[in-house]
Amino acid sequence: MNQKFKKQLLTDVLTVVIGYVVLTVLMRTGVINDYIKGILLMACINIVLTVSLNITSGFLGELALGHAGFMAVGAYASALFSKSIGLIPAVEFPVAILIGGFAALIAGYIVSIPALRLKGDYLAIITLAAGEIIRNILKNLDIIGGTKGYTGIPGYTTFAWAYFVAVICIFASKSLIQSRHGRSIISIREDEIAAEASGVDTNRYKIIGFIFSAFFAGVGGALYAHYLRFLQPGIFTLNKSIEILVMVVLGGMGSIRGSVISAVILTVLPELLRGFSDYRMLVYSLALIIMMLAKHSDKLKLLLGKLQPAALRKETGHE
Amino acid sequence: MSNVVLEVRDLGINFGGLRAVDGLNIDVEKNQLYGLIGPNGAGKTTVFNMLTGVYEPSDGTIKLNGELLNKKKPHEIARKGVSRTFQNIRLFKNLTVLENVLIALDTQADYSILTGVLKLPKFFRQEKEMEEEAMRLLAVFGLDSDAHTLARNLPYGKQRELEIVRALGTHPKLLLLDEPAAGMNPQETQSLMDAIETLRNTFDISVLLIEHDMKLVMGICEKITVINYGTLLACGTPEEIQTNPQVIKAYLGE
Ligand SMILES: Nc1ncnc2c1ncn2[C@@H]1O[C@H](COP(=O)(O)OP(=O)(O)O)[C@@H](O)[C@H]1O
Ligand SMILES: [Mg+2]
Repeated sequence: MNQKFKKQLLTDVLTVVIGYVVLTVLMRTGVINDYIKGILLMACINIVLTVSLNITSGFLGELALGHAGFMAVGAYASALFSKSIGLIPAVEFPVAILIGGFAALIAGYIVSIPALRLKGDYLAIITLAAGEIIRNILKNLDIIGGTKGYTGIPGYTTFAWAYFVAVICIFASKSLIQSRHGRSIISIREDEIAAEASGVDTNRYKIIGFIFSAFFAGVGGALYAHYLRFLQPGIFTLNKSIEILVMVVLGGMGSIRGSVISAVILTVLPELLRGFSDYRMLVYSLALIIMMLAKHSDKLKLLLGKLQPAALRKETGHE
Repeated sequence: MSNVVLEVRDLGINFGGLRAVDGLNIDVEKNQLYGLIGPNGAGKTTVFNMLTGVYEPSDGTIKLNGELLNKKKPHEIARKGVSRTFQNIRLFKNLTVLENVLIALDTQADYSILTGVLKLPKFFRQEKEMEEEAMRLLAVFGLDSDAHTLARNLPYGKQRELEIVRALGTHPKLLLLDEPAAGMNPQETQSLMDAIETLRNTFDISVLLIEHDMKLVMGICEKITVINYGTLLACGTPEEIQTNPQVIKAYLGE
């Protein structure tokens, strides 16, 4: 094994363990009350959603607006499983999470076939439509409650589960980016024509990036379902997709560390500043418009890069 | 077994009403340095785009060592052994010099996604091999010392050289260079031409080189095809081309 990599792994594992121990101690001693604990748990789920969307938006470079749809597929599929099967939670929950992930991956694959023939804004529109179609299918499925909602889902998602699944998502994403497959995905963002000319099967790698994203969206959905214990198609609207996209954009396209920080801040902040929630949709739509404009303007891209705090500005993923 | 690496027959393409290339024949032999020249807008880059699958020819055939390349996708053609540089440099700008080459070297690795994500031993073994190979290729142009610089931060001349190194990464049989000396001063141009000749010999490849400046290619190319308005104007050795009255007319204007 590579020396540099060993060192990095050791530091990462230490950070994760220390972070967990500190948070658990604070929770046990009551310094962090149940209310804050809930917010932190949501932050972990949002990390999973944000980091995974960043694979498509930041590394592959495609604007995707259907993330909430894949999250919904994962949420419902996992909930359906854990509600109908009666295993011990320690077995049932990880299986439910994987089922959520793979169900979303399959949905992602189906969407990717037409979507990835298109580029830029067209792809954004197709993924948006896919998200809406998924939501409407869920509305009409009576076995999962339809519009009334799906109740009685076991509350398996503890803070520990959310924390460690988020860690797995971060590690897997980072590790993908630091492999030949990750490089090929990034090369598409950098210059699709040059990527093809260098032997990169751009269609294949677009699909890989896209379904990797969808898989973890489904995993995030599974955590979400078993935390809320109640699902309704109305949760997974376009607004939810945009909410996640805003976290990606503010954290920095193509920066996993940025996604993590931004997901935490944007989960905690609205709770701290309750008044802000009135303006949330306004801020979100502005951010989306700026993003679509930035896709076509290098100057704006540069400006966005400069506006990001230096700590978040981590280029592409080769460190 | 013929000595012809690239065989182009009766190649043509229409863009709407415009016949950009028409009835073009080219034979590039093994280890040959071949020049494709012509005035601006003659259709040279369009020929490259057809050879590499970016555009689908309207008619004609393209064969590499006897195998038909028409209708193949660009990445398939690259993996078959035709690689190229671009007239307007197209690097992976936000990646390092090393990563730019590693992407092309992907052809030599085969570890799976799971092996890559789980960082199994095969990942480290193949990545190490790829990195060593990349450094060897970069050393051809002395770019190995810039391996960890972002491509966008390289000076212009080095960006052009990096593009050539990246093109070598897919282990081509035929290397297509689209105006590699564009924007370089005479000294840089000369050393680039020397380097192209050297790498043709060390890597044992054929090179098809586009230039719109005729004098430049005369020095190193063994055979030259001149096109104008998408059609063949002349084909021959540098001496034949230099004295061809039609070529002189096309270059000096009517
Ligand atoms: N995609 C395209 N669509 C329409 N016309 C094109 C396209 N690509 C090239 N052309 C036209 O084909 C002609 C040849 O262009 P090009 O091959 O770039 O010339 P050269 O490389 O010899 O300077 C030009 O008239 C150019 O405008
Ligand atoms: Mg040209």
